[in-house]
Amino acid sequence: MYVAVKGGERAIDNAHGWLAEERRGDPGVAELSLDQIREQLALSVARVMGEGSLYDPDLAALALKQARGDLIEAVFLIRAYRTTLPRFGASLPVDTGEMAIDRRVSATFKDLPGGQILGPTFDYTHRLLDFKLAADGGTPDAAAEAAPDPAPVPHVMEFLDREGLIEAAPDRGEAPRDLTREPLELPADRALRLQALARADEGFTLGLAYSTQRGYARNHAFVGELRIGTVAVEMEIPELGFAIEIGEVTLTECETVNQFKGSKTEPPQFTRGYGLVFGQSERKAIAMALVDRALRWEELGEDNVGAPAQDMEFVLSHGDNIQATGFLEHIKLPHYVDFQSELELIRKLRREAELRIAQEAAE
Amino acid sequence: MTDQSYNFAYLDEQTKRMIRRAILKGLAVPGYQVPFASREMPMPYGWGTGGVQVSAAVLTPDDTFKVIDQGADDTTNAVSIRKFFEKTASVATTTHTGEADVIQTRHRIPEEPLTEDQILVYQVPIPEPLRFLEPRETETRKMHALEEYGLMHVRLYEDIARHGHIATAYAYPVRVEGRYVMDPSPIPKFDNPKLESPAIQLFGAGREQRIYALPPYSKVVSLDFEDHPFDPSKAPHPCALCGADDSYLDEIITDDRGGRMFVCSDTDYCTARRDAGHLGEQAQ
Repeated sequence: MYVAVKGGERAIDNAHGWLAEERRGDPGVAELSLDQIREQLALSVARVMGEGSLYDPDLAALALKQARGDLIEAVFLIRAYRTTLPRFGASLPVDTGEMAIDRRVSATFKDLPGGQILGPTFDYTHRLLDFKLAADGGTPDAAAEAAPDPAPVPHVMEFLDREGLIEAAPDRGEAPRDLTREPLELPADRALRLQALARADEGFTLGLAYSTQRGYARNHAFVGELRIGTVAVEMEIPELGFAIEIGEVTLTECETVNQFKGSKTEPPQFTRGYGLVFGQSERKAIAMALVDRALRWEELGEDNVGAPAQDMEFVLSHGDNIQATGFLEHIKLPHYVDFQSELELIRKLRREAELRIAQEAAE
Repeated sequence: MTDQSYNFAYLDEQTKRMIRRAILKGLAVPGYQVPFASREMPMPYGWGTGGVQVSAAVLTPDDTFKVIDQGADDTTNAVSIRKFFEKTASVATTTHTGEADVIQTRHRIPEEPLTEDQILVYQVPIPEPLRFLEPRETETRKMHALEEYGLMHVRLYEDIARHGHIATAYAYPVRVEGRYVMDPSPIPKFDNPKLESPAIQLFGAGREQRIYALPPYSKVVSLDFEDHPFDPSKAPHPCALCGADDSYLDEIITDDRGGRMFVCSDTDYCTARRDAGHLGEQAQ
């Protein structure tokens, strides 16, 4: 006799138990602490904060630990937590011009006020596995350190702006809409697009940006400036009547200088692409700037060449990895009912087709 | 036991209010997809986040809640969603269709007719019935605004020309109150006639940020042609366990030699029939 499958509840509990065991791994190996993850897997932490849209290195480290190192799963944990947080207000815009710089490079000028600062970069490392790390990393010798230079580090764009060589980017004084509190409606303005790109999947953004470099809406990007460092977050407190610093965040900002536009009435000018993400995430920041620039084709009077990176609806609808992975993976959930209805339909169509073939053969 | 660290039914009151406004708008314009600011839920998109948000917005502490997936109360995701509301809203839960005030469903409408006192909440993956004809939301919204549904009829006609039948077996499109073409979510077309119901029917699509609704007794017509009328077919068998010949059936593969049996997909319906003494061929 057939007994219908029961016990979904017990199966779930047991699966969760097994998952917890697998997450911990061999108990003979020391457990990871959140401090270790935050300090030694800082770029994973940065990505989880960026795509999770929540700046909290400790929570990101916890999410990474809980997610067994699966970055998208960790982003999901952070996003789900983030939605439950109350909103006390909005900070003032952060001033990246006042950033305490860790790294600042310009690909467009050899030297410039504030200088080129390489900072902690993989750029010129030789990618040779360091087996000393496998044996016993130990503590590296302290890196050489210069005294902090109090001189300001102005944005490269300001130099171009002074000459009128780059398109103006005036503050329109409009409060941007909030992607996480309103449904996305298209077409979306640039502020909203940048919000979406800032939390978009790094791989998706990278692929799109790369496609523009290979000719699918090429826009000749130079990295005018890439800067990484900490900025103060300030908030107006109504009771006080002035803004106070409530914390600081590490940001990566990328400004690109792109091919120019001009017309009979306007002299040619370079155009801008912009990327800004939490933590040290320069691949993402550069990719974001390229995609931002590609999406601006219409306002800059360029042709739509039908490239994916130009297609706002395509980019904004598919860049979110939590939406994407959820919908992709949901096809492993039961679909017996839909499949059954397809089975019946295809059997019926086959029956009729076989009958027809048989009849034709008989004639 | 309620988990005190979260609000009743998990979402904060402002969010529930926003969702209720979308629901009311949906009820006022039957079949129209209302954009809403869908929240990230603690379960993945695709697992019923839209349905969960709608249920959270309509549940009250006195309600009795039922969850089904593929018609069954004990499929893993139905269990998981039921547990979620037991934990965050401490509502009473049931597996009996007749006892539930709110029923959240994925892919089925219960066999037992619903009443005016009930709300049926559907989980919707792709709310846009025109999506696979036109991938752009900006275009499909225009098509709905202009009632431009010719493309859909052309597609159904092409099915008939190619296969002799409309080759859509689930998520079969309907027209609501003579106005909006609506996706009834991936229910088998067998369930389409049940869309005309005394109950309130709410559809939540979390990832796509849309809510739509059917008020009680709305006119819901499955799209068809005069010479190819809509046919809500099902497997031509009675249930092997309860003998019902009016219910939608799952096909169960029983061995590796082609053995199979057909049983009700609605587990509550099947159990109730067996308890009442109806027995199918393979019941003991």
